[in-house]
Amino acid sequence: MSVGFLAVSVGIFLGIGAYTFLYAEGLSYLSDDPEVCVNCHIMQPQYDSWQKSSHHAVAVCVDCHLPHDFVGKYIAKADNGWHHSKGFTLQNFHEPIMIKEPNARILQDNCLACHEDLAHDLVVGVNGPADEVRCVHCHVTVGHGDTTGLGGPE
Amino acid sequence: MKRHQSGWSTTSVLAVIVIVAIATAAVTALLVNVFERKSEAKQPFLRLVEVTEDTTDPAEWGINFPTQYDSYLRTAESTRTRFGGHGGSEALPEQKIERDPWLKRMFLGYAFSIDYRDRRGHAYMLVDQEETARQTKPQTGSCLHCHASIMPLYRKLGDGDAMAGFEKSYQYSYKDLNAELHDMGHGHAVSCVDCHDPDTMALRVTRPGFIYGIQALAEGEAEVPHLPTVQKWREGSRAAPYDPNLDANRTEMRSYVCAQCHVEYYCANKMPLTFPWGDGLTADNVEKFWNDITFDDGQRFFDYKHAESGAEILKAQHPEFELWSQGIHARSGVACADCHMPYQREGASKASDHWVRSPLLNVNRACQTCHRVSEDEILSRVDAIQQRNFDLLQRGGAALMDLLDAVQKAKEEGATDEQLTQALELQRKAQWRLDFIAAENSMGFHAPQEAARVLGEAADYARQGQVAALSWRESGAVPVARQAEEPVSPVADD
Repeated sequence: MSVGFLAVSVGIFLGIGAYTFLYAEGLSYLSDDPEVCVNCHIMQPQYDSWQKSSHHAVAVCVDCHLPHDFVGKYIAKADNGWHHSKGFTLQNFHEPIMIKEPNARILQDNCLACHEDLAHDLVVGVNGPADEVRCVHCHVTVGHGDTTGLGGPE
Repeated sequence: MKRHQSGWSTTSVLAVIVIVAIATAAVTALLVNVFERKSEAKQPFLRLVEVTEDTTDPAEWGINFPTQYDSYLRTAESTRTRFGGHGGSEALPEQKIERDPWLKRMFLGYAFSIDYRDRRGHAYMLVDQEETARQTKPQTGSCLHCHASIMPLYRKLGDGDAMAGFEKSYQYSYKDLNAELHDMGHGHAVSCVDCHDPDTMALRVTRPGFIYGIQALAEGEAEVPHLPTVQKWREGSRAAPYDPNLDANRTEMRSYVCAQCHVEYYCANKMPLTFPWGDGLTADNVEKFWNDITFDDGQRFFDYKHAESGAEILKAQHPEFELWSQGIHARSGVACADCHMPYQREGASKASDHWVRSPLLNVNRACQTCHRVSEDEILSRVDAIQQRNFDLLQRGGAALMDLLDAVQKAKEEGATDEQLTQALELQRKAQWRLDFIAAENSMGFHAPQEAARVLGEAADYARQGQVAALSWRESGAVPVARQAEEPVSPVADD
């Protein structure tokens, strides 16, 4: 058993791994381009409806769905990226897709990031009481129009 | 232990190789998975066999469209909701007329008093009709309009012209026409070709009954705010009749294909199959349409004479399209297919679920895409609506039974048909309304407020009829049946 053989095996692994990463457009996930979010097609209705929504001109996906500070942003990207790729590969996620609590908190923060001057008398951000009404409770259509969705497989 | 020059033991080298092999296999599996997802998104189907207007066998289409075909096949499964369907293991569903005896008495004189069961899925539509005990009475060939993939047979009867073939079909007996259908090799339940163009797969309507019916609706004056292209056609030149295959939009087509059959109609041997939409789609509009029709022999229109009272009765079929048209979902642009055939994801592609069934069995796709509340909450809201409708329906049934009892008693006391004219007319009106909601397959859900209005009128007319029968000796003194002065708005804001 030679170390040469081992080196070849590891090389093959790294090669296939690198190709898979490129083929799956892994680098694109480092960008802010909304089209990246429809790479895997599940988000197509969300993407389509965002294009018709009132916020289309002023915000892309990451403006509302990721924290604005560098570290927080990449932690959230990694966390969501792991969940999304696991779900899409294993095809075992809840449908219709619904936002989960940590992401809902990020969303609320981002509403305030732009609209704070208008809203500071009404809400105090995610550090407020847990049952505080969130912006999208009423303004549900601003990001994605009326409704979007796509049922899951059998 | 033998050592290599580099100092690695054989065991360590083997262990690393195994680990690298597993990791490589995993990455390759991921690569293939990514490839599959990408292919699914790129190519939703592969046309392996040619399908034509004469391909009525859904299995042929299924070769090209396995996802849709797989779900279509599941219409053979028995499903049950609280108020509908058939979840048992027995060969045939339960008899509705045994569960609700007033239904049986209401239908005396009509074949539905012999056999009237819970529904089964699309896959059974032809075989259930061939086997029903109603076939012990002569039935017309018109029935096949909606129970079989009939278009090739219509073309044959009409020498290539399906509309002409359809016009003739009511004169044939069901048995003869069905035998002919099977001889031609088209003995299939509703099939792909009935709603899809074989070249483009676009939705289209084929059924002549619907095409004539929707034309009459367009040419009439009834308000149809939920069908914008009908309004548009009315405002246009009207040079050609309204043609759903050319004029309708995609949302309308997702309801029209269902409205080819899930409607009220006349289906017997005195005239061709008729969809009664010239005056509009409400129960009152349709009643007026039937009341204004006379048969060729000069008799006024009726479906059967009630065996007990002798009243000339209007039988409602299953006016799902008509009742849906009065409801909030229609008004909001929600089509039949949105709830009964919602999109389902298959890997990275999407397809309509062809397992047509109650949305209550598919709440996450059918309801939750729009209604962002929990499944339990949605189910309990629907249950409340249906329970209220069911209660009103039973009250209407009880009132109708009291009317029939009063008519029986008056006859025993020597009342003539003339003295009972008013009571029998009121039976016709009451029964039409009761049956309109009872036969409709949503237990009131398609338009809850409209259903309650119709059932309220049914009970009122039944009680007025009961009073008329009880006071038959002073028949001239009974006030003429009261009706609402104002025409009823075609769409209820429920």
